Amino acid sequence: MHQTFDAALGINLLHANQQGANHNRAHLDQWGVTCLNLMSGPGAGKTALLEKTLAALSTQLKIAVIEGDMTTELDAERLRQYGVPVIAINTGRSCHLDAKMVAGGLHQLEDHCSPSAFDLLLVENVGNLVCPAEFEVGEHAKIALLSITEGEDKPLKYPIMFQEADCLLITKMDLAPYLEIDLARLESNVRQINPQVQIIPVSAKTDWGLEAWFDWVRSQVSAQAQTSTRSSASSAI
Amino acid sequence: MHETDMTKALIQTVQDWWEAQPERPRVERIHLVVGKFTCVEPVSLQFSFEVQRRDTFLAQTELVIQEPPLIAFCQLCQQEYAPEIGLRYACPSCQAPMEEIRSGRELKIDRIEYCSDSAPAYASDL
Repeated sequence: MHQTFDAALGINLLHANQQGANHNRAHLDQWGVTCLNLMSGPGAGKTALLEKTLAALSTQLKIAVIEGDMTTELDAERLRQYGVPVIAINTGRSCHLDAKMVAGGLHQLEDHCSPSAFDLLLVENVGNLVCPAEFEVGEHAKIALLSITEGEDKPLKYPIMFQEADCLLITKMDLAPYLEIDLARLESNVRQINPQVQIIPVSAKTDWGLEAWFDWVRSQVSAQAQTSTRSSASSAI
Repeated sequence: MHETDMTKALIQTVQDWWEAQPERPRVERIHLVVGKFTCVEPVSLQFSFEVQRRDTFLAQTELVIQEPPLIAFCQLCQQEYAPEIGLRYACPSCQAPMEEIRSGRELKIDRIEYCSDSAPAYASDL
Protein backbone atom coordinates (compact mmCIF):
# COMPACT_ATOMS: atom_id res chain seq x y z
CA MET A 1 0.00 0.00 0.00
CA HIS A 2 1.25 3.48 -0.87
CA GLN A 3 1.40 5.98 1.88
CA THR A 4 2.37 9.62 1.64
CA PHE A 5 4.55 11.21 4.27
CA ASP A 6 5.79 14.67 5.04
CA ALA A 7 9.32 15.60 6.02
CA ALA A 8 9.61 19.09 7.44
CA LEU A 9 12.85 20.66 6.27
CA GLY A 10 12.61 24.40 6.89
CA ILE A 11 15.97 24.99 5.22
CA ASN A 12 16.78 28.35 3.69
CA LEU A 13 17.22 28.13 -0.09
CA LEU A 14 20.42 30.10 0.28
CA HIS A 15 21.67 27.94 3.13
CA ALA A 16 24.80 26.76 1.29
CA ASN A 17 25.74 30.30 0.25
CA GLN A 18 25.12 31.62 3.74
CA GLN A 19 27.40 28.97 5.23
CA GLY A 20 30.08 29.86 2.69
CA ALA A 21 29.72 33.56 3.54
CA ASN A 22 30.06 32.85 7.26
CA HIS A 23 33.14 30.76 6.54
CA ASN A 24 34.72 33.59 4.51
CA ARG A 25 33.91 36.08 7.27
CA ALA A 26 35.51 33.85 9.90
CA HIS A 27 38.75 33.83 7.88
CA LEU A 28 38.62 37.60 7.37
CA ASP A 29 38.06 38.12 11.10
CA GLN A 30 40.98 35.88 11.90
CA TRP A 31 43.19 37.88 9.53
CA GLY A 32 41.86 41.17 10.88
CA VAL A 33 40.62 42.25 7.44
CA THR A 34 37.51 44.43 7.01
CA CYS A 35 35.50 43.45 3.95
CA LEU A 36 33.16 45.82 2.13
CA ASN A 37 30.83 44.62 -0.64
CA LEU A 38 30.14 47.31 -3.27
CA MET A 39 26.96 46.84 -5.27
CA SER A 40 25.09 48.86 -7.87
CA GLY A 41 23.55 48.70 -11.33
CA PRO A 42 25.97 48.73 -14.27
CA GLY A 43 27.62 52.10 -14.81
CA ALA A 44 26.82 53.69 -11.44
CA GLY A 45 30.54 54.30 -10.93
CA LYS A 46 31.85 51.51 -8.70
CA THR A 47 35.20 51.28 -10.47
CA ALA A 48 35.65 55.07 -10.60
CA LEU A 49 34.91 55.24 -6.88
CA LEU A 50 37.40 52.45 -6.20
CA GLU A 51 40.09 54.27 -8.23
CA LYS A 52 39.68 57.38 -6.07
CA THR A 53 39.51 55.29 -2.91
CA LEU A 54 42.71 53.42 -3.71
CA ALA A 55 44.49 56.64 -4.68
CA ALA A 56 43.54 58.28 -1.38
CA LEU A 57 43.65 55.43 1.12
CA SER A 58 46.27 52.95 -0.09
CA THR A 59 49.00 54.97 1.64
CA GLN A 60 47.17 54.72 4.99
CA LEU A 61 45.62 51.27 4.77
CA LYS A 62 46.80 48.02 3.24
CA ILE A 63 44.09 47.27 0.67
CA ALA A 64 43.25 44.38 -1.63
CA VAL A 65 40.45 44.22 -4.19
CA ILE A 66 38.27 41.40 -5.48
CA GLU A 67 36.79 42.41 -8.78
CA GLY A 68 33.72 40.61 -10.11
CA ASP A 69 33.10 41.06 -13.80
CA MET A 70 31.03 38.98 -16.18
CA THR A 71 33.54 38.70 -18.99
CA THR A 72 36.61 40.92 -18.97
CA GLU A 73 39.53 42.01 -16.84
CA LEU A 74 39.22 45.63 -17.97
CA ASP A 75 38.12 46.94 -14.55
CA ALA A 76 40.81 44.91 -12.78
CA GLU A 77 43.47 46.40 -15.08
CA ARG A 78 42.25 49.92 -14.24
CA LEU A 79 42.66 49.21 -10.52
CA ARG A 80 46.05 47.45 -10.72
CA GLN A 81 47.61 50.80 -11.66
CA TYR A 82 47.24 51.80 -8.00
CA GLY A 83 49.72 49.14 -6.90
CA VAL A 84 47.33 47.00 -4.87
CA PRO A 85 46.59 43.29 -5.45
CA VAL A 86 43.46 42.93 -7.56
CA ILE A 87 41.93 39.48 -7.88
CA ALA A 88 39.67 39.33 -10.94
CA ILE A 89 36.81 36.86 -10.84
CA ASN A 90 35.03 36.27 -14.10
CA THR A 91 31.57 35.28 -13.05
CA GLY A 92 30.78 33.90 -16.51
CA ARG A 93 27.06 34.13 -17.08
CA SER A 94 26.29 34.44 -13.41
CA CYS A 95 24.83 37.81 -12.49
CA HIS A 96 26.35 38.15 -9.02
CA LEU A 97 29.33 37.13 -6.91
CA ASP A 98 28.57 34.33 -4.48
CA ALA A 99 30.39 33.15 -1.37
CA LYS A 100 32.14 30.34 -3.23
CA MET A 101 33.60 32.66 -5.88
CA VAL A 102 34.86 35.03 -3.21
CA ALA A 103 36.37 32.07 -1.30
CA GLY A 104 38.27 31.27 -4.52
CA GLY A 105 39.43 34.90 -4.62
CA LEU A 106 40.62 34.73 -1.01
CA HIS A 107 42.62 31.58 -1.81
CA GLN A 108 44.25 33.35 -4.77
CA LEU A 109 45.12 36.25 -2.49
CA GLU A 110 46.68 33.81 -0.02
CA ASP A 111 48.84 32.37 -2.82
CA HIS A 112 50.30 35.79 -3.55
CA CYS A 113 50.65 37.34 -0.13
CA SER A 114 49.83 36.97 3.52
CA PRO A 115 46.20 38.07 3.99
CA SER A 116 46.75 39.09 7.60
CA ALA A 117 48.95 41.91 6.30
CA PHE A 118 45.82 43.62 4.93
CA ASP A 119 43.41 46.01 6.64
CA LEU A 120 40.72 46.25 3.99
CA LEU A 121 39.27 44.07 1.26
CA LEU A 122 37.05 45.84 -1.24
CA VAL A 123 34.77 43.56 -3.24
CA GLU A 124 33.35 45.06 -6.42
CA ASN A 125 30.26 43.03 -7.23
CA VAL A 126 28.82 42.47 -10.70
CA GLY A 127 26.84 45.47 -11.94
CA ASN A 128 23.26 44.48 -11.17
CA LEU A 129 20.66 46.06 -8.90
CA VAL A 130 18.78 42.82 -8.21
CA CYS A 131 20.72 39.61 -7.62
CA PRO A 132 23.82 40.59 -5.56
CA ALA A 133 21.54 41.78 -2.76
CA GLU A 134 20.47 38.22 -1.92
CA PHE A 135 23.96 36.69 -1.92
CA GLU A 136 26.23 37.49 1.00
CA VAL A 137 29.90 36.90 0.32
CA GLY A 138 31.30 37.31 3.84
CA GLU A 139 31.37 41.10 3.95
CA HIS A 140 31.20 43.17 7.15
CA ALA A 141 29.16 45.89 5.45
CA LYS A 142 27.26 46.40 2.22
CA ILE A 143 27.64 49.55 0.18
CA ALA A 144 25.10 50.42 -2.50
CA LEU A 145 25.81 53.01 -5.17
CA LEU A 146 23.09 54.86 -7.02
CA SER A 147 24.00 57.44 -9.65
CA ILE A 148 21.71 60.42 -10.01
CA THR A 149 21.22 59.61 -13.71
CA GLU A 150 19.32 56.47 -12.68
CA GLY A 151 16.41 58.38 -11.14
CA GLU A 152 15.00 58.82 -7.65
CA ASP A 153 12.48 55.97 -8.02
CA LYS A 154 15.08 53.18 -8.11
CA PRO A 155 15.10 52.49 -4.35
CA LEU A 156 11.35 51.77 -4.61
CA LYS A 157 11.76 49.52 -7.65
CA TYR A 158 14.81 47.59 -6.40
CA PRO A 159 14.09 47.68 -2.68
CA ILE A 160 16.14 44.72 -1.45
CA MET A 161 19.49 46.21 -2.47
CA PHE A 162 18.69 49.49 -0.72
CA GLN A 163 17.19 47.82 2.30
CA GLU A 164 20.29 45.68 2.84
CA ALA A 165 22.78 48.54 2.43
CA ASP A 166 24.70 49.92 5.41
CA CYS A 167 25.92 52.85 3.35
CA LEU A 168 24.45 54.40 0.21
CA LEU A 169 26.62 56.50 -2.06
CA ILE A 170 24.74 58.81 -4.37
CA THR A 171 27.20 59.16 -7.24
CA LYS A 172 27.82 61.49 -10.20
CA MET A 173 26.72 64.51 -8.15
CA ASP A 174 28.64 66.74 -10.57
CA LEU A 175 25.81 66.09 -13.07
CA ALA A 176 23.13 67.48 -10.74
CA PRO A 177 22.90 70.87 -12.50
CA TYR A 178 22.01 69.14 -15.77
CA LEU A 179 19.37 66.78 -14.43
CA GLU A 180 15.95 67.18 -12.90
CA ILE A 181 16.71 65.00 -9.94
CA ASP A 182 14.82 65.47 -6.71
CA LEU A 183 17.45 64.50 -4.12
CA ALA A 184 15.12 64.99 -1.14
CA ARG A 185 12.68 62.60 -2.74
CA LEU A 186 15.43 60.10 -3.51
CA GLU A 187 16.50 60.20 0.12
CA SER A 188 12.95 59.81 1.43
CA ASN A 189 12.41 56.85 -0.93
CA VAL A 190 15.48 55.19 0.57
CA ARG A 191 14.51 56.06 4.16
CA GLN A 192 11.09 54.41 3.68
CA ILE A 193 12.82 51.06 3.51
CA ASN A 194 16.06 51.73 5.38
CA PRO A 195 15.87 54.57 7.91
CA GLN A 196 19.31 53.81 9.39
CA VAL A 197 21.39 53.81 6.20
CA GLN A 198 24.30 56.24 5.99
CA ILE A 199 23.78 58.34 2.84
CA ILE A 200 26.82 60.04 1.29
CA PRO A 201 26.51 62.05 -1.95
CA VAL A 202 29.76 62.08 -3.94
CA SER A 203 31.35 62.88 -7.26
CA ALA A 204 34.34 60.75 -8.19
CA LYS A 205 34.98 63.16 -11.05
CA THR A 206 35.37 66.32 -8.96
CA ASP A 207 36.20 64.59 -5.62
CA TRP A 208 33.21 66.35 -4.06
CA GLY A 209 32.02 64.49 -0.95
CA LEU A 210 34.70 61.81 -1.15
CA GLU A 211 36.28 62.82 2.16
CA ALA A 212 33.06 61.77 3.96
CA TRP A 213 33.20 58.39 2.21
CA PHE A 214 36.88 57.93 3.15
CA ASP A 215 36.01 58.77 6.78
CA TRP A 216 33.23 56.19 6.72
CA VAL A 217 35.62 53.54 5.34
CA ARG A 218 38.25 54.38 7.99
CA SER A 219 35.62 54.17 10.74
CA GLN A 220 34.56 50.71 9.50
CA VAL A 221 38.18 49.51 9.54
CA SER A 222 38.85 50.79 13.05
CA ALA A 223 35.52 49.44 14.40
CA GLN A 224 36.37 46.05 12.92
CA ALA A 225 39.92 46.17 14.35
CA GLN A 226 38.44 46.83 17.81
CA THR A 227 36.01 43.93 17.47
CA SER A 228 38.74 41.50 16.47
CA THR A 229 41.07 42.73 19.26
CA ARG A 230 38.24 42.24 21.75
CA SER A 231 37.43 38.76 20.48
CA SER A 232 41.08 37.68 20.45
CA ALA A 233 41.44 39.05 24.00
CA SER A 234 38.37 37.15 25.13
CA SER A 235 39.50 33.96 23.41
CA ALA A 236 42.86 34.28 25.22
CA ILE A 237 41.07 34.21 28.58
CA MET B 1 19.31 34.17 -13.63
CA HIS B 2 20.31 33.33 -10.07
CA GLU B 3 17.26 31.03 -10.00
CA THR B 4 19.44 28.49 -11.84
CA ASP B 5 21.98 28.50 -8.99
CA MET B 6 19.21 28.36 -6.41
CA THR B 7 17.66 25.36 -8.13
CA LYS B 8 21.04 23.63 -8.07
CA ALA B 9 21.26 24.28 -4.33
CA LEU B 10 17.66 23.11 -3.90
CA ILE B 11 18.26 19.81 -5.70
CA GLN B 12 21.47 19.24 -3.73
CA THR B 13 19.67 19.79 -0.42
CA VAL B 14 16.85 17.44 -1.33
CA GLN B 15 19.36 14.87 -2.58
CA ASP B 16 21.25 15.01 0.74
CA TRP B 17 17.98 14.36 2.55
CA TRP B 18 16.99 11.57 0.15
CA GLU B 19 20.32 9.77 0.44
CA ALA B 20 19.99 9.81 4.22
CA GLN B 21 16.69 7.90 3.98
CA PRO B 22 17.22 4.13 4.27
CA GLU B 23 14.66 3.24 1.60
CA ARG B 24 15.17 6.09 -0.88
CA PRO B 25 11.46 7.01 -1.12
CA ARG B 26 9.81 8.53 -4.18
CA VAL B 27 9.66 12.31 -3.75
CA GLU B 28 6.23 13.48 -4.90
CA ARG B 29 6.30 17.17 -4.10
CA ILE B 30 8.76 19.74 -2.85
CA HIS B 31 7.13 22.69 -1.10
CA LEU B 32 8.96 26.00 -1.24
CA VAL B 33 8.07 29.28 0.40
CA VAL B 34 9.25 32.26 -1.65
CA GLY B 35 8.10 35.60 -0.25
CA LYS B 36 7.02 38.43 -2.55
CA PHE B 37 9.73 40.68 -1.09
CA THR B 38 12.71 38.68 -2.37
CA CYS B 39 14.79 38.82 -5.55
CA VAL B 40 13.53 35.40 -6.61
CA GLU B 41 11.06 34.82 -9.43
CA PRO B 42 8.93 31.68 -8.90
CA VAL B 43 8.30 31.26 -12.66
CA SER B 44 12.06 31.13 -13.27
CA LEU B 45 12.48 28.68 -10.40
CA GLN B 46 9.83 26.40 -11.92
CA PHE B 47 11.51 26.60 -15.30
CA SER B 48 14.98 25.87 -13.89
CA PHE B 49 13.58 22.98 -11.87
CA GLU B 50 11.90 21.43 -14.91
CA VAL B 51 15.18 21.55 -16.81
CA GLN B 52 17.44 20.37 -14.00
CA ARG B 53 15.24 17.55 -12.64
CA ARG B 54 15.51 15.59 -15.93
CA ASP B 55 17.23 12.23 -15.56
CA THR B 56 17.49 12.59 -11.80
CA PHE B 57 15.63 10.97 -8.92
CA LEU B 58 13.34 14.03 -9.05
CA ALA B 59 12.21 13.50 -12.66
CA GLN B 60 8.58 12.99 -11.57
CA THR B 61 8.61 15.46 -8.70
CA GLU B 62 6.39 18.52 -8.61
CA LEU B 63 7.60 21.85 -7.26
CA VAL B 64 4.94 23.72 -5.28
CA ILE B 65 5.74 27.34 -4.49
CA GLN B 66 3.84 29.32 -1.90
CA GLU B 67 4.27 33.11 -2.11
CA PRO B 68 3.53 34.98 1.11
CA PRO B 69 2.75 38.67 0.57
CA LEU B 70 4.83 41.49 2.03
CA ILE B 71 3.39 42.38 5.43
CA ALA B 72 5.03 45.00 7.63
CA PHE B 73 4.28 46.01 11.19
CA CYS B 74 4.20 49.64 12.30
CA GLN B 75 5.42 50.05 15.89
CA LEU B 76 3.86 53.51 16.26
CA CYS B 77 0.39 52.46 15.08
CA GLN B 78 0.73 48.94 16.49
CA GLN B 79 -0.76 47.51 13.34
CA GLU B 80 0.15 45.44 10.32
CA TYR B 81 -0.04 46.85 6.82
CA ALA B 82 0.66 45.68 3.29
CA PRO B 83 3.27 47.88 1.57
CA GLU B 84 2.89 48.31 -2.19
CA ILE B 85 6.07 46.85 -3.67
CA GLY B 86 7.62 49.27 -6.15
CA LEU B 87 5.51 52.21 -4.98
CA ARG B 88 5.46 52.78 -1.22
CA TYR B 89 6.76 51.02 1.87
CA ALA B 90 6.11 53.55 4.65
CA CYS B 91 3.14 53.09 6.98
CA PRO B 92 0.00 54.41 5.21
CA SER B 93 -1.35 55.90 8.47
CA CYS B 94 1.67 57.63 10.00
CA GLN B 95 4.33 57.47 7.24
CA ALA B 96 6.86 55.76 9.53
CA PRO B 97 9.48 53.80 7.57
CA MET B 98 9.11 50.09 7.03
CA GLU B 99 11.26 48.60 9.78
CA GLU B 100 9.64 45.37 10.85
CA ILE B 101 8.79 42.82 8.19
CA ARG B 102 6.33 40.16 9.29
CA SER B 103 6.23 38.20 6.02
CA GLY B 104 7.47 38.38 2.45
CA ARG B 105 11.20 37.72 2.98
CA GLU B 106 10.85 33.93 3.21
CA LEU B 107 13.10 31.86 1.00
CA LYS B 108 12.97 28.31 2.17
CA ILE B 109 12.42 24.66 1.43
CA ASP B 110 9.45 24.08 3.68
CA ARG B 111 8.76 20.34 3.39
CA ILE B 112 8.95 17.29 1.19
CA GLU B 113 6.04 14.98 0.42
CA TYR B 114 7.22 11.50 -0.29
CA CYS B 115 5.73 8.15 -0.95
CA SER B 116 6.84 4.90 0.47
CA ASP B 117 5.61 1.32 0.11
CA SER B 118 6.16 0.74 3.78
CA ALA B 119 5.97 3.15 6.66
CA PRO B 120 9.30 4.77 7.58
CA ALA B 121 10.45 4.70 11.19
CA TYR B 122 10.26 8.48 11.32
CA ALA B 123 10.10 11.54 9.09
CA SER B 124 13.57 12.93 9.34
CA ASP B 125 13.95 16.57 10.28
CA LEU B 126 17.13 18.14 8.98
